Amino acid sequence: MLVEAGSGHSAGPLDLADIFTALYFSVMKHDPQHPDWTTRDRLVLSCGHTCPVLYATLAEAGYFPKAELKTLRKLGTRLHGHPHNLALPGIETSSGPLAQGASQAVGIALALRMDSLKSRVFLVMSDGEQQEGQIWEAVMLAGKEKLHNITAIIDRNNIQIDGFTENVMPLEGLRAKYEAFNWHVLEIDGHNMQAIINAYAEAEAIYEKPTVIIAHTIPGKGVDYMEGKFEWHGSPPGISDIAGAPPKAEQAAEALKELRTLRGQIKSEHE
Amino acid sequence: MLNPSQKLNSKIGSPDIEQVPTRNGFGEGLLYLGEHDKNVVALTGDLAESTRVLEFAKKYPERFIECGVAEQNMMGVAAGLALAGKTPFVASYATFSPGRSWDQMRVSVAYSKANVKIAGSHTGLSVGPDGATHQALEDIAITRVVPNMTVVVPCDAIEARKTTIALGTSAGPAYFRLGREKTAVMTTEETPFAIGKASVFKEGKDVAVIGSGPILYAGLQAALELEKEGISVLVINNHTIKPIDVETIVWAAKLTKAVVTLEEHQTMGGAGSAVAEVLAQNYPVPIEMVGMPNSFGESGQPEELLKKFGMDKDSVVRAIRNVLTKKQ
Repeated sequence: MLVEAGSGHSAGPLDLADIFTALYFSVMKHDPQHPDWTTRDRLVLSCGHTCPVLYATLAEAGYFPKAELKTLRKLGTRLHGHPHNLALPGIETSSGPLAQGASQAVGIALALRMDSLKSRVFLVMSDGEQQEGQIWEAVMLAGKEKLHNITAIIDRNNIQIDGFTENVMPLEGLRAKYEAFNWHVLEIDGHNMQAIINAYAEAEAIYEKPTVIIAHTIPGKGVDYMEGKFEWHGSPPGISDIAGAPPKAEQAAEALKELRTLRGQIKSEHE
Repeated sequence: MLNPSQKLNSKIGSPDIEQVPTRNGFGEGLLYLGEHDKNVVALTGDLAESTRVLEFAKKYPERFIECGVAEQNMMGVAAGLALAGKTPFVASYATFSPGRSWDQMRVSVAYSKANVKIAGSHTGLSVGPDGATHQALEDIAITRVVPNMTVVVPCDAIEARKTTIALGTSAGPAYFRLGREKTAVMTTEETPFAIGKASVFKEGKDVAVIGSGPILYAGLQAALELEKEGISVLVINNHTIKPIDVETIVWAAKLTKAVVTLEEHQTMGGAGSAVAEVLAQNYPVPIEMVGMPNSFGESGQPEELLKKFGMDKDSVVRAIRNVLTKKQ
């Protein structure tokens, strides 16, 4: 999709793939045939720039045809560069300007509680957006209101556009900060499927507090030449000469091959 | 003479006309909505009493959310509530909300068509002694420029109550503007009101005063004064800035061939600009704009400030005389 689009973000969507797989195929109550089902769980993607992984997951789950993924960012598409709630079934909120999802998740959680609905709100945030003041305003209110129907996850991949988070604007100790706002905090390996599912199960059992899962991830996960490099935060494969990467013309094919074969460990059905 | 079909307050022009802040009308309207619709929710940022949300909060505590001094989050929380089926009213001072929370209003509310109603209180110079930081004079401009927004400026407390109820019972994002000070009650319960429909408060044929908000009273006073000289002034209450009533405004321009706009807001981008946009594209006539002349306010009593910055009755009289000299 990103190669077809010619712009967009690579690193975050790749490192969130395991988390989205767990959410949509194990954790969440949802129905692709009835996206407006009242008692569905809500996925709020606050870091809207990572939407390629949301679009790919929704297509895989059956919300819309997979062929539409190649329309990403093109005129007339329902898959805008940042997600729009009115454009595509399964998108709960519009996002892009960072931190806005956190507040909307709090609002949805309050409404669900007022209506005595058991649905849960799954908030996905990047680590870079923890630099926004609005995040902490939302975190403060969720703590005050004891919104145990919110489970947030932070994609702790340590990169943002200008570099490593701890160089741009240090975020640590993130755990202590959330605990100070009366949140329950879990820390996991964001690429260990069992750990992701277990963390969401533990969060469901926590009462009187919202939960945040700090998921330690590897930016660009699965593509050797992207992993750990902040230069891939906002670039798609195939348009930039980035140190350590294959020539531009081969980047997309190389990335797909690595992802499909788990770096040569398995045989791909595409070959 | 005043338009009899509007059933306006008979004390218009008299010193003993009732004076009530428009924010009170909002508080009453919110209580009415709370009683009739269990999905109506109120949020404030540490300003429950002065925005008049307090009575709702006491009566319906389970539907009131105290957000603390955090307006950006408050706007986003309201958007989330709306997306989950609620009708949230966000109440603060307009300088803070939508002043500080404009990005959240733009994306979380307007772009998403979230059914959020933003009540901006303490608008205009009439906030007085608190000074320039608290005098919202840009709120109409920053809300009307955003797609999907409805923008309403009620002229008195009764119209503010009608506005609150009308917005609370129709879908879509909206901003409405309230004042702190007691201002003249021009309308009555019987005065017709509909969002998007401007009202002719006074008939006239020589010049049209098209005003928004409590300052419209200065327009009425100026019109009554000039009538004694034989100048016939049409006065229009243009309470809905967006969607604006093109038909009535063009009708007024065709009838009088000269227009004065009147608002307690920057003349750039506000209610007067909205009228000028309509007339420039449909029926150009000379326009004089009464409003804040590209300046910040300062501390002082409301009437002193309105005089100093040119928004009192005498300023409207001068503007009318000026525009008449330019009339073709």
